[in-house]
Amino acid sequence: MEMNNNPFSLEGKTVLVTGASSGIGRETALICSRMGATVVITARDQERLQETREQLGEHCHAEVIADLTNPDDVARLVEALPELDGAVLCAGNSTTLPLQFGSREKFDDMFNVNFFAPVELLRLMYKKKALKKGSSVVLIASIGGTHSFMPGNGVYGASKAALNSVMKYAAREFASRKVRVNSICPGMVDTPLIHRGTITEEQLAEDAKRYPLGRYGQPEDIANGAVYLLSDASSWLTGHDLVIDGGFSI
Amino acid sequence: MNIQDFVENFSAQFDDTDASVFTADTRFKELDEWSSLTALSIIAMIDDEYDVIIKGNDILNSDTIQDLYNIVEKHL
Repeated sequence: MEMNNNPFSLEGKTVLVTGASSGIGRETALICSRMGATVVITARDQERLQETREQLGEHCHAEVIADLTNPDDVARLVEALPELDGAVLCAGNSTTLPLQFGSREKFDDMFNVNFFAPVELLRLMYKKKALKKGSSVVLIASIGGTHSFMPGNGVYGASKAALNSVMKYAAREFASRKVRVNSICPGMVDTPLIHRGTITEEQLAEDAKRYPLGRYGQPEDIANGAVYLLSDASSWLTGHDLVIDGGFSI
Repeated sequence: MNIQDFVENFSAQFDDTDASVFTADTRFKELDEWSSLTALSIIAMIDDEYDVIIKGNDILNSDTIQDLYNIVEKHL
């Protein structure tokens, strides 16, 4: 192999991507492989994960069907992992719900997927030493809950704020093994998640105009940020929440 | 499910509009207090009270409370 002097390259790195069957996760898997990484992908939906695998071709090391809210699935996934240079934890869900309807059940649903699942995976990957020395973990959080507090986003935002908090503690503790932990806080990104109908297409189009750069994000806007955080170019960056939001939270 | 209860649950999502204003024929999007947050509250109330998940478009396509009631009833 030719010597690679590009610090932004992922050549030679093995990277886990969760939520790789759709949206930001799928795009992250594809762009990481294009930047030279070998990718391990996981998601719940076999058919859609298979589509990602086909698009990855030979750059896909393995695919694992797993529901990360299920402890047995998480254990099986961690067991199956090769030594990782990086991980991007994208699997998540969203809800739009005024706080007065945010019952314990609604909070539990959101926290199970957006907080407990990625935190448990992060914990086990570190404990079982699936994360190599000098590896990099990227958590996909949100501007919601830390940088932006839009009405109706409280249940979702709180789960992402909690994730951002654990990110910083992990960055401090895992530094002893030179494992870096950062998050990306995206604004609204055009993925299937935002087109479920609670918010109408008209309202979404109107909302997009409130972004200084004039549009919602595309999955690649976030995936490219993840590439930077995985690469050697960010070797001295840890505990940071990278806002990628078209200027919305300024 | 009946329309009286539905109108009552509907009116409970408003803070400044008197409950007496609300009838089955109220054109709710013309009320001064109507907002996108009220729309979210109506969607959440219908999920809570009737176990029916409606979409933003269902509200967009309804003029009166009766219109929305008819949509919810179809899902029951």
